[in-house]
Parts: sequence; structure tokens; C-alpha cells
Amino acid sequence: MKILVPCKRVPNPELKLKVGGGAVELAGTTWQVNPFDEYAVESALRLTEKNKGGERSGEVVVVSIGPKDTATQLRQLLAMGADRGILIAGDDAALDADLVARTLKAVVESEKPDVVVMGKQAVDGDDNQVGQLLAGYLGWPQATFLSSLILAADGKSATVEREVDTGVEQRRVRLPAVATVDLRIIGKKAVRNEALSGPDVEWEDTQRLASLKGIMAAKKKELKEITAESLGVTGGMLVKTLRHESPPVRKAGIKVASVEELVSKLRTEAKVI
Amino acid sequence: MATLVLLETTATNLRNSSLPAVTAARELAKHHGGPVVGVVIGTSVAAAAADAARFVDKVLCYDNAALSAALAETWAPALAAAVKETGATALVASATSTGKDVLPRAAALLGAGMASDVVAVQGAKSFRRPTYAGNVLTDVEVTTAVVVCTARQTEFAPAAPAAGVGAVENKAAPSVDALGSEFLALHATKSARPDLTEAKVVVSGGRGMKEAANFKALEELTDLLGGALGASRAACDAGMVPNDLQVGQTGKVVAPELYFAVALSGAIQHLAGMKGSKVIVAINKDPEAPIFQVADYGLVATWESTVPQLIAEIKKVKAA
Repeated sequence: MKILVPCKRVPNPELKLKVGGGAVELAGTTWQVNPFDEYAVESALRLTEKNKGGERSGEVVVVSIGPKDTATQLRQLLAMGADRGILIAGDDAALDADLVARTLKAVVESEKPDVVVMGKQAVDGDDNQVGQLLAGYLGWPQATFLSSLILAADGKSATVEREVDTGVEQRRVRLPAVATVDLRIIGKKAVRNEALSGPDVEWEDTQRLASLKGIMAAKKKELKEITAESLGVTGGMLVKTLRHESPPVRKAGIKVASVEELVSKLRTEAKVI
Repeated sequence: MATLVLLETTATNLRNSSLPAVTAARELAKHHGGPVVGVVIGTSVAAAAADAARFVDKVLCYDNAALSAALAETWAPALAAAVKETGATALVASATSTGKDVLPRAAALLGAGMASDVVAVQGAKSFRRPTYAGNVLTDVEVTTAVVVCTARQTEFAPAAPAAGVGAVENKAAPSVDALGSEFLALHATKSARPDLTEAKVVVSGGRGMKEAANFKALEELTDLLGGALGASRAACDAGMVPNDLQVGQTGKVVAPELYFAVALSGAIQHLAGMKGSKVIVAINKDPEAPIFQVADYGLVATWESTVPQLIAEIKKVKAA
């Protein structure tokens, strides 16, 4: 089982953003792997393992498009346990979801994975498009917003659960396919490869941290740096970003001293109850 | 040229969740200069198409036994065919889980640029949309001849029926191939309460509720106000409530008239999903909790000491 996991680096989502002159100020921010993508890597590792830290079968390839220092984030993913990394030179300002998807399509065509597993959205752009676009361009089935991903023993299909507005939807998809994961994918029983493990297998309900051994091993793993041109990707962006601004600040209101005062204000001032 | 809007339906009715998309489509149509054409896809949806026709100039109905489940693999080609056939220059849907799943795939089939989760239409091809968990508003411009977008439901008012009823035109679906994808089951969350995204009152609990049983108190408050129950990601992740109650960047976006945040700190990711609410009430024992920075009314107290009294007090004023 070969699994390709596209990953994006994003500014630390806990840091306060500065927005000025129509732009988001990112100089001086710290970068990290998009949380959804980190969960995708964790899911992919689980799909190649019999159980936690157990026997492995299969390959997990992580790929990112970004500036040179994105290698730092890819090395972290290799330290978690991914087998190989690909870094495609790129700059966020010159990328939109469509160009990312078309670049990934070229990677898929050269790597020929059995399944692509990726985060449902990056927490900076919040587009939630790339997985669906990639599946559309490849003509592959898509399974989005997954809270569960069970690969069939024959490696030909997967049974998935999707987080939808009204509850949880169950589907079967044929492989190869593009899967995008939601937060619950790192649940204890959310992910399993039936070829490797039975229904009793249980994982920790969080993504693994890189061990010291993993960090040492990552230094020797292959991290190939290539260009989009070398993949034959042409054409530009379909969506231009014009400007960024801060949303209007919501004014903090007042503190009330008691439940009686709260209810009275809601009744007579806000008139909402 | 025409603006197409994906209209999601039950077997017999247009879903309320599609009404904001109709409003967004009407705004886009002012710039595109053509009619608003609804697209209804499904199996035996003639009645639903007739219902949907009250809101648009015309409905294209793709009624086919193989289209009952909203699979992007089959719905996106139907939408792309509808765009090509009508020569439409815009395609819109509400940012529901179906809209978010299907529209990008349709955009890929059309080679069209797409703007996700837009909060305002600024021109024929320009939109405003939240990014960075709603901490930034970003203006984007689609550069392709056809523009695709999903509309955030809380930012476009639900459309009222149009002056006249549109005609329904039945269309043969393009060859339907689900590529092996198969809908198996929907485990719907059963609730007598209004939809979280449509409720006038939302009562949300956070990590501080500590355990599932404690949500009973919030449910009582919720039902007293005829509202919907919500939760922070922390409360969902801890298994206190199902994940479809999650309000925030990665959950649902709500904008009710009254929002209660109880024992909920107010992480940026949660605020992204509720700061459009008209009146926000925060109850938290930590006076430094970030939720107080957006709350109209804050009460520094534990939920245990507050919620039962709040229920009694509201009952009292309602009875008066």
C-alpha cells in the first residue's frame, strides 16, 4: 500500500495575526504543518501498521509545495515515521487551490499511490478545495471530511465515515481515491487496514510525536527537491487574491454581577428573551 | 449570462439550507445580467423541483435513479453539464457539506476558479471571504469566464419566493458513473430541536462542562428558549457531545440572535464560528477567558452555580 500525503505549512494558528496595508504580516511567524495534514500523516502511518509501533507494510510519501525551508516541516513528518518526502519549490503568493491541485496531479501520476490522504482544509486559506479538485482532475473517486477510514483487506476499496451537516455518512469508495480527513480521524478506532489488523486494534487518540530515534532516522530519509516545471505543470492561478483586511472588531460588552441582572438585561435591553 | 444555483432538496421540498445560496445567486445575477436558474439533482424529485421553482426563474431537474445520493462523482458532472448547456457564467451553492464536497469538483471539470465560503458578492467575479479562522477577510477575484463559489449560510439572508414561479425543465443526466463510490448509510443525529445553523438561540458548552451528563442542564436551557445545542471542539473531542454540534472554524458557523457560551474559553477557532451572533452571553469562571472579549454580557461564575438559576429566572420572566 503506497499512500501519498500532501501537506501544507501554515503560520502557527495560535499566534495573533497582524494585518496591514492590505496584507497579512507573516514575517517573524513560526511555521508548522497544517493540523489536518498532520492528522492525515498519522492516518497514513496507521494504514501501514499492524498496530502502534508494530510491523509495517507499505510506504508513506509526504509532499509539499513551498519555499526551501518547508523542508523543516517535511523532516518533522519523516521523523514521525513517513518514509520519503518531496518538496516542490513554490510560493503561496503564486499559488491558488487549482494550481496546487494540478501540481499534485502531476505528483500522483509519477508516484502512482494507491490512495491520497490529506487534510480537508488548510487553516490559513480555509479553502477546503484541493482534495476535491485533485480527485476531479484525476477522475478518481473522492471521500471528503472523513472521521473514519477502513481499508479493505484486498486493497481495492475503503469504507469511510464522513462528517456531514446532519450526522455521519457511511460510504464505500473504490481505490485509488482521494481521501480528505477531519479532526476525528485520529480517534482510537477510526483508521485501520484490514490487510494488517483486525477490528480490535486501537490507537492513541492523538497524533504521534517524533521520537529521538525517529528524528535521527529522518536525517537519512530521502527528501527530494524538485520544481513544478520538472513535473510539466503549466498555467497560472485562476483566483487572484486582491487584499486582506482585519474584520470589524466586536466590542466587548459589560460584565453583569448576577443571574437576575443578566436575565433582566436580556429581557429589557437586548430584548432577546 | 445565467447564474446557476445548486438547490438541495428532500424528496418533496427545497431545503432551507439552500435559501442563502439563492440570495447569493440573485446578487451575482445582477452582475451577470441573466436569469437565476436552479439545479435540482436526485431521484424522483419532481415535487421538490416544483417547490424549488418558486424561488428561481427556472429549474433544471436532473432526475435519475442513480443520482439519489449526493455523490460528487455524479453530481459534479451534472452541474458541469448544466453550466455548459445553459452557457451560464456563474455557479453557486450554499457552503453545506454537500456544497463543499461537490462544487470544487465541478470547478475542476469546468476549469473554473472557485471562491469558497464567501460572505459577500462584490462584483461579477469578486468576493469577500474569511480566512485564517475568520481573523482575516480576504478579497479575491476569479479570473476564469465561469465563476464558482459557495456561500456562507449565515451571511446571506434566506431568500423569499420570487414574484413568479419558474418553469421546470427535465434534463437527462450525462452518463452517470459513480466511479465505484457507494452511499451506505446516514447516521443522522436525531433531534427535535431546530438546526444549529438556523436556530434563533444557540446554547453551547465547552470543556468546562467536564462530562456528557452535565450537558443535560444546557439542554434544559436550550429547550426552554426553543434553541439548538452547540459545543466547542474541546467538548466534542472529549466525547461529551456528538461532533455535529461543533461550532467553529472546523465545525458549523452560526449567527443566532442569542448565543450562550457556557464554560467555554473562546479559542480563536471557536469564535470563528459564532462571532456573527447578534447577542453573545458568556458564563465562565475564569475572568480572563477570551470569550469575554466578544461577549455582550459576561458573568464570571461556574456553570453549576448559574445555569439552574438562569433556567428558573427565565421561566419566571416568561411567566410574568
